[in-house]
Amino acid sequence: MSSLVLTHARFRILETARIPIAVLGGAFFPAASMLFFVVPFAGDDPAGATYATASMVMFAVMTSSLFTYGVGVSGDRAQPWDPYTRTLPAGPAAAFAGRILSGLTFMALSLLPVVLIGWLFTAATATAGGLLLSVAAVVAGALPFTFMGLAIGYALPMKAALAVAQIVFFPLAFGGGLLSAPSQAPSFVETIAPYLPTRGAVELVWAAVGDFHVSATSMISLAAWTVAMAALAAWAFRRDEGARFS
Amino acid sequence: MMLARTVEVSRRYGDTLALDRVTLDIPQGGVVGLLGPNGAGKSTLINLLVGLRRPTSGTVELFGGDPRDPASRRRIGVTPQETGLPSTLRVRECLEFVARHFPDPVPHGEILDRFGLNDVARRQTGALSGGQKRRLAVALAFVGRPRLVFLDEPTTGLDVQARRALWDAVRTFADDGGTVLLTSHYLEEIEALADRVVVIGHGRVLADDTVEAIRGMVGIHRVTLTTGPEAAGLPGLPGVVGVEHADGRTSLLTPDADQLVRDLVHAGVPFRGLQVQPTTLEEAFLTLTGK
Repeated sequence: MSSLVLTHARFRILETARIPIAVLGGAFFPAASMLFFVVPFAGDDPAGATYATASMVMFAVMTSSLFTYGVGVSGDRAQPWDPYTRTLPAGPAAAFAGRILSGLTFMALSLLPVVLIGWLFTAATATAGGLLLSVAAVVAGALPFTFMGLAIGYALPMKAALAVAQIVFFPLAFGGGLLSAPSQAPSFVETIAPYLPTRGAVELVWAAVGDFHVSATSMISLAAWTVAMAALAAWAFRRDEGARFS
Repeated sequence: MMLARTVEVSRRYGDTLALDRVTLDIPQGGVVGLLGPNGAGKSTLINLLVGLRRPTSGTVELFGGDPRDPASRRRIGVTPQETGLPSTLRVRECLEFVARHFPDPVPHGEILDRFGLNDVARRQTGALSGGQKRRLAVALAFVGRPRLVFLDEPTTGLDVQARRALWDAVRTFADDGGTVLLTSHYLEEIEALADRVVVIGHGRVLADDTVEAIRGMVGIHRVTLTTGPEAAGLPGLPGVVGVEHADGRTSLLTPDADQLVRDLVHAGVPFRGLQVQPTTLEEAFLTLTGK
């Protein structure tokens, strides 16, 4: 079983890695956002740079989850290879776990430049313990977006999945306050942010690397979003029998 | 031993009834040809048997279990559509990926040999020719040492030589006790390989018998002859249900070929190159499916 998970993960990573631009593309957006929005504006202020870097990390996690799973799953379902693999004598768990493992690998790859830029070109600081904690925070914060991506991917055809991922992504990023420092976002964002999963997720990372205290509202809504998205993903997965055909 | 069967199976997609109470047994041994026009329900039937879909009603069994249970699928082999091979993976990697799902897979070298893929083992599948992709797709069905193989249009797009080679591989597998469920657009392929033919139309089994019996179902023979130019018009003979002209020869379709030949001789029609043939599977197929 576990070796089958690794097999699925390995071949998935291999498939994507053979198209280097796909890997670069995933890492480009968060890294570019770092260079254009964080380095020039918050680069000299240690606390501000640390929070902004953490925000960009969450930004990368969200993009990566929504698009890797949303568009990836949907695209795979449209390929005849996907139903073929479901005729092999293995349950869906191995393929599923393999997909998550490969998703995490590419997510880590897209986070690496963000953290490197934060370290090299800004005054952002973090202790080793803080970094370790932030890894746990990132994984917990990635959950609702992973489930959201999976729900989109299993429920929608490719073109719709791409559109929905894009539509969902902007309000979540802006509304959740990812593009502003803690308590410096426009007031309407401050009002709605605690009810969005992005805010709860980024608060976890802020708390891991800085002197930030998470709010109860954000934590409760993060948990609620995670549960709701997991249920939605499970529903979409069960409903799916592969792409409809004639 | 029964490898797979369906009992009174129906499958509905929205308002469309793709399969309508189909009962089918696939015992061990032999090649079963599954015939039917597009949209007849062939793919749906195969999808139910390999566990990709649930029936709306009725029972589907694979090696005595539910095909949706992975353990039931351990002794089957399925061909992917060649258009669906992961284009960046190499041929050997595809084989390896599939092999990892089975307890006792055939070594890669042996499969590569058997399907003539040795020269392209290191090539990405996106760079293969159509025929090579097709061969790889069929090869994947045999990786797990299956006892029942589902071959969906295995030789579409292959040249004659490659098709013959694949037929040999299928026949060898069947001769060694393997069982094959084969669909094909080429009736010639079904005639060459199948021991048994199941004709499906409008979601129902229209006929289920040997190739000879299916041909005979129509009960029509084709009497082909060349008449001299002086006898361009054949006399109206009794029992002729159809006349066709092709390549300067005339074909008469009749339920009683012996009587027709006697009548031709009695009528004093000059003819040469007389040939009497049973109808082809294609003619039987078209009659059965009502075209």
